[in-house]
Amino acid sequence: MAIEVRNLSKRYGTFQAIKDVSFEVIAGQLVALLGPSGSGKSTILRIIAGLEVADTGGVLLTGEDATRLSVQERGVGFVFQHYALFRHMTVRNNIAFGLKVRKLPKSDIRARVDELLELVQLTGYAGRYPSQLSGGQRQRVALARALAPRPKVLLLDEPFGALDAKVRDELRVWLRKLHDEVHVTSLFVTHDQREAFEVADQFIVLNEGKVQQVGPPQSLYLRPSSPFVAQFLGQVNILPLETIQLGPRSESPFPSSLSELALQSDVQIYVRPHDMEVQRERNGRPCWRARVERLTPLGGVVRMDLSINGDHRIQLELISDQTLDLEFAPGDTVFVTPRHMNVFDAQSHTFHPVVLGRETEARA
Amino acid sequence: MAAHAVTTHNRRFDLALRWTTLFYLGVMVVLPMVTLSVQAARPGFQPFWRALVDPYAWHALKLTFFTALVMVVINAVTGTATAWVLVRYNVPGRSLVNALIDLPFAVPTVVTGLMLVVLYGPTSVIGTVLGRFGWGVIYHQPGIVLALLFVSYPFVIRSVQPVLMELDRAEEEAAATLGAGAWTTFRRVTFPALWPSILTGSGLSFSRALGEFGSVVMVAGNHPLLTKTAPLHIYGEIESGNRHAALVVSAVLLASSLLILLGLNALQRRGGVNHGD
Amino acid sequence: MATDLSLDESNLPVPAPNLWQAVRPSSLGRGLLVGAVLAWFAILILVPSLALARQVFLGGLKPFLQAVARPEVQRAFGMSLGITALATVVNTVFGIGLALVLTRQRFWGRALVDGVVDLPFAISPIVAGLMLVVLYGPEGWLGRWLEPHGVRVVYAIPGMILATMFVTVPFVVRELVPVLRELGEEYEQAAHTLGAGRWRTFWRVTLPSIRWGVAYGVTLTVARSLGEFGAVLVVSGNVIGHTQTATLYIQEGVESFHTEGAYAASLVLAAISFILLVGMDFIRKHLEGGRENRP
Repeated sequence: MAIEVRNLSKRYGTFQAIKDVSFEVIAGQLVALLGPSGSGKSTILRIIAGLEVADTGGVLLTGEDATRLSVQERGVGFVFQHYALFRHMTVRNNIAFGLKVRKLPKSDIRARVDELLELVQLTGYAGRYPSQLSGGQRQRVALARALAPRPKVLLLDEPFGALDAKVRDELRVWLRKLHDEVHVTSLFVTHDQREAFEVADQFIVLNEGKVQQVGPPQSLYLRPSSPFVAQFLGQVNILPLETIQLGPRSESPFPSSLSELALQSDVQIYVRPHDMEVQRERNGRPCWRARVERLTPLGGVVRMDLSINGDHRIQLELISDQTLDLEFAPGDTVFVTPRHMNVFDAQSHTFHPVVLGRETEARA
Repeated sequence: MAAHAVTTHNRRFDLALRWTTLFYLGVMVVLPMVTLSVQAARPGFQPFWRALVDPYAWHALKLTFFTALVMVVINAVTGTATAWVLVRYNVPGRSLVNALIDLPFAVPTVVTGLMLVVLYGPTSVIGTVLGRFGWGVIYHQPGIVLALLFVSYPFVIRSVQPVLMELDRAEEEAAATLGAGAWTTFRRVTFPALWPSILTGSGLSFSRALGEFGSVVMVAGNHPLLTKTAPLHIYGEIESGNRHAALVVSAVLLASSLLILLGLNALQRRGGVNHGD
Repeated sequence: MATDLSLDESNLPVPAPNLWQAVRPSSLGRGLLVGAVLAWFAILILVPSLALARQVFLGGLKPFLQAVARPEVQRAFGMSLGITALATVVNTVFGIGLALVLTRQRFWGRALVDGVVDLPFAISPIVAGLMLVVLYGPEGWLGRWLEPHGVRVVYAIPGMILATMFVTVPFVVRELVPVLRELGEEYEQAAHTLGAGRWRTFWRVTLPSIRWGVAYGVTLTVARSLGEFGAVLVVSGNVIGHTQTATLYIQEGVESFHTEGAYAASLVLAAISFILLVGMDFIRKHLEGGRENRP
């Protein structure tokens, strides 16, 4: 394990920033610490770095207890949201700082800085000052500076938060590529789930100072363990179970263990906008009868706003050419069939994934 | 037509405002300065030089620069430390201390001098104790430094404080994560950001100290060649009707202060370009 | 080369563990620093102030009141207050005007004017006094012309007023220039587009926005005017009696060993400056608050 966090808690006055947080990060992975603002993710990162002291709990870095070590002794690389470059130093001196502190020979420092400049594609910029660089370039210098002393782990606090959208996209792809080359264990904080999906091997989802779920991105997306995770990782429609109409000729779509759930009132269906199909006619499969309220073309996809029984609103997304064929118009009555959904039992607080497959598969 | 009349009216208003204020500034500030410089230079270079190297004048100037320098070194260190404590540490009574920092700007200099005489004078408790060790404060040179320290106390603090407040703590944290200890972080990261403001505050206090009169006249005791600073010397020469001698030393003080002011201006302009992001 | 960065390589040496850091020394260092700073502040600033108060009240409150009630003390304070009032009014009006000119008008030599405003800060009060004597004295450039017309400036009250005005020229301007610059011209331009003229815009839009800045500059001007000594000393010619300000009275009292009156007057001046200081702090909070509230 490159990072182990054990039962961390931290309170600021009356505000409990994090509560009993534990997780592990496997060496060489790029892990996202994901959560809404105020969920305590930055606090955790700062505690791991030693910039903050936890009230209780411990931190292990590469297997050694680092809880009592000072920031300086932890040997982590930290990338700050607003770069925190030393503004009176050139790019070269910024990157060399950590090496000079370690009193390395001058020639080694020079070689190492050159190597890093090349890695972050800023070779010609060694003599510039941070104020002469663009946002994306500054963040790359910050990354090079953090990597220079070969840290045990790299911690990134909202590394792309201060950049504009286009640069952010580029830098994300670049960071992923960089990590594939360098393999330094990295933990990065973000509130942007898209960013996390694009970059991370693993997610640690946080809410209100507590770990909600840990795992590979796709499995968290498909099998969330709580309504929070389901809603935080992308859009989701939530509908009471009783709104769905089971086809007269089809058997229950639910596994037998779940059939009895249908009798309870506190059960909801979580279904993502792109996990549904729309037909003009019923086809015997479980479906919702809905009214088209609005069609919004969004380039490659079309968003449909539908209402079910007049009081439930759902959104779904279809590939544009699918809708072109069907020529829906507001006011039409349609039938919506879920392909993949999660049935949530509020009483036991558990999700039951249900895969109905594509229509074609069901027929086959 | 009406719109045109309004524009002309506004333009006239602007011009009137500009020329009245500039005229006031010219008569109030520029004219006296020019007069002094011309009068000091009028008899020519030889008399100017002779008045300058007159042993009394020369000593007064040396003493002024020396005491101001001692004061500036002390104030640069203590001022930076005070600003640091006021900005960084949440000590109880901080806002009270912060409000009282400006006391030396508010207290008349004569009163300052009198306070110091009361506290450290030869007849005071402290003065008696120090006197037993043969140390004199009041009516000796340390008294001058003390008075200068008091009157210049706020300059460095007030100059460093806002810079320290705006400083990005993340830079220091970054240094720490890279392995730099507290002292290295201060020396390599914080201080380079602070020194222009320390220099500015020091320059202002030095300039102020060169001209300080009210407090020094109370504590210095007017011993020629011992405690007579340049402003005291100037006053003495005025009193004894030796106006040219007074003008020459005044011109030197004036030129020194102007140079400092110009230097600080250049420093600020340079800093503005470098950190203009 | 890229693999060179990987974790498989041995990590660089971590800086030697520092014993000081291990025991969280920052609290100790911090305590020492705070202690030193507060002690220095107390010794340099507070103790002398208290020593003066103690000295004055050593004999009880009655001698203090008697000293303050003396006619020459009353006259001196009256003179100080009068001069202060005049200098403050003139310099406030001028200061607001010049600050507006410096921030709202563009003209050749503006930077120079900006620098000239600060000059009185850089000039020794004694030198300032000497300047006025040279200019307005009987043989001075202006004095030569004024004296035959019966206008006596130097060694009379007008000179003392001029001296006080000279040393306090920069305060209001210096306070207002940054405030006006930060305020920007948009509010004024908005008023202009709504049909308000210069004068109306100034009274209804600009002045209300900068009132705390004006107040701060005025407070500084008052404090400095009340306390001005060197410049006034030179131009007053120290005529005993009717041309004595409070500070001149104090100095004369000390010189001639009539110390009770001098001490009492000093304490009154110190008390006034303390009140002004409290006012300054109050105003500064408003200034900073206003800065945050502004969009």
